[in-house]
Amino acid sequence: MRRFDYHGAETLEQASRLLTDLGDDTFLFNGGTDLLVEIRERLRRVRNVVDIKGIPGLSDITYDETRGLTFGALVTVGRLERLALVRERYPNLRDALASLGSIQVRNRATVVGNVCRASPSADTIPPLIADGAFIHIYSRTNMRVVPLAEFFTGPGKTVLAKGEIVTGITVPPAGDNSGKAYIKHGRRKAMELSTVGVAVSLSMDDGVCSDIRIALGAVGATVLRAPAAEAILRGTRLDAATVKSAADKAMEECTPISNVRASADYRRDMVGVLTGRAITQALEASA
Amino acid sequence: MKRIVELTINGEPRDMTVETCCSLLDALRDDVGLTGTKKGCDVGDCGACTVIVDGQPVNACLMLAVEAEGCTVETVEGLQPGVDTLHPLQDAFMRHGASQCGFCTPGILMMAKKLLDDNPRPTDEDIRFGLSGNICRCTGYTKIFDAIKSAALEMEAARS
Ligand SMILES: Cc1cc2nc3c(=O)[nH]c(=O)nc-3n(C[C@@H](O)[C@@H](O)[C@H](O)COP(=O)(O)OP(=O)(O)OC[C@H]3O[C@@H](n4cnc5c(N)ncnc54)[C@H](O)[C@@H]3O)c2cc1C
Ligand code: FES
Ligand code: FES
Repeated sequence: MRRFDYHGAETLEQASRLLTDLGDDTFLFNGGTDLLVEIRERLRRVRNVVDIKGIPGLSDITYDETRGLTFGALVTVGRLERLALVRERYPNLRDALASLGSIQVRNRATVVGNVCRASPSADTIPPLIADGAFIHIYSRTNMRVVPLAEFFTGPGKTVLAKGEIVTGITVPPAGDNSGKAYIKHGRRKAMELSTVGVAVSLSMDDGVCSDIRIALGAVGATVLRAPAAEAILRGTRLDAATVKSAADKAMEECTPISNVRASADYRRDMVGVLTGRAITQALEASA
Repeated sequence: MKRIVELTINGEPRDMTVETCCSLLDALRDDVGLTGTKKGCDVGDCGACTVIVDGQPVNACLMLAVEAEGCTVETVEGLQPGVDTLHPLQDAFMRHGASQCGFCTPGILMMAKKLLDDNPRPTDEDIRFGLSGNICRCTGYTKIFDAIKSAALEMEAARS
């Protein structure tokens, strides 16, 4: 393996300084499940890694009825997946967590790392966007909070500046009569990256859809919202014909490419099928 | 850059002197001399390197040795309860022919141990889910599942 130096940071400030001062090819190291693979497969030149796992206060998970769920940067996929709270209140996120890699990978991989890697096919991103999550960012001069939907600027690219560190993510609570779904589509059931991933979170008010967010994974440069499809659905009773026309609209809104896992045409077709299915599933869950 | 890492391996306090970019897998095999843990892919795909760190199964190839400072690591070498005794899983794997080339076996044994520790009576689905990060290119898995089910029954009988 290519050689690199390892630096264990004890505070956010120290980590941030190391990230800016050690020069190019210095990367923040969290669970390491992306970074170590990229180093071994020579996809990324790395001279220094800055491990943030020794920084106190980044492992907490809290929940309250007004703010919702907040988890720190070091919280692993496996730890969140095993929480009853997540299973009950965030079943869409829970399905995404349980589908990521293997048990062994999930015990190392963090959710924040999955988000920061900014892969369009990352499984945790669509449900977090559909739920309206926020990301907390530390820099040496200030803290900022950014809606997750505005965090990504391209494949592998985010709004983070050099030396900025994500400290955690907040997912708002689900309202009454809300329903959620995440459907991951791949060639096999386990150890598979998404060919297409669709997340839907909606609220029903007296049989009428008062709010809905649709997030589409692996069919664009970043995970995408489908605002035109959402607009078709808002204010309706989500009858079959409306769901069908929204699913068709989502097919127009996505911008898939062809790669080893699937062709662009196939991905677009699957967006149609899975958007319809995810809306129906979320609607059933809201009842 | 080299560093000394202190940890507990299979119940014994150890220290290893490692390059900071060295994986836990390479450290276990090359520095500690525990070659039971295998390297199939070095990128998290195959599960041959599965060890249990602080009670949780992980891919030793996806962890740096320096990250194991202060940790408790269990490898396949620690599975045997005594010098001349086998763990029920090891015994069942031999009786069922659940190992052919054997390369996947150490990782699968560690994963199966964790599975049965948490869930003494796993369903077929539980076993499939539990082993979905472990690839076997020889057996077709059927005999592995049979062996795990049989070990589960024996462990249950031994407890009662
Ligand atoms: C075998 C295998 C199977 C996989 N299967 C799936 C799958 O099915 N679905 C899926 O979505 N993913 C999958 N993954 C990828 C998944 O494990 C990673 O995306 C993981 O979640 C990244 O988290 P990490 O903590 O390991 O990040 P790291 O590798 O430590 O970091 C990833 C990137 O994020 C940056 N970063 C991490 N934390 C922060 C922070 N706090 N602030 C700023 N930047 C940060 C790092 O600098 C790096 O660029 C798989 C990986 C493997 C090895
Ligand atoms: S060697 Fe670690 S998963 Fe294959
Ligand atoms: S016995 Fe050969 S890989 Fe499993």
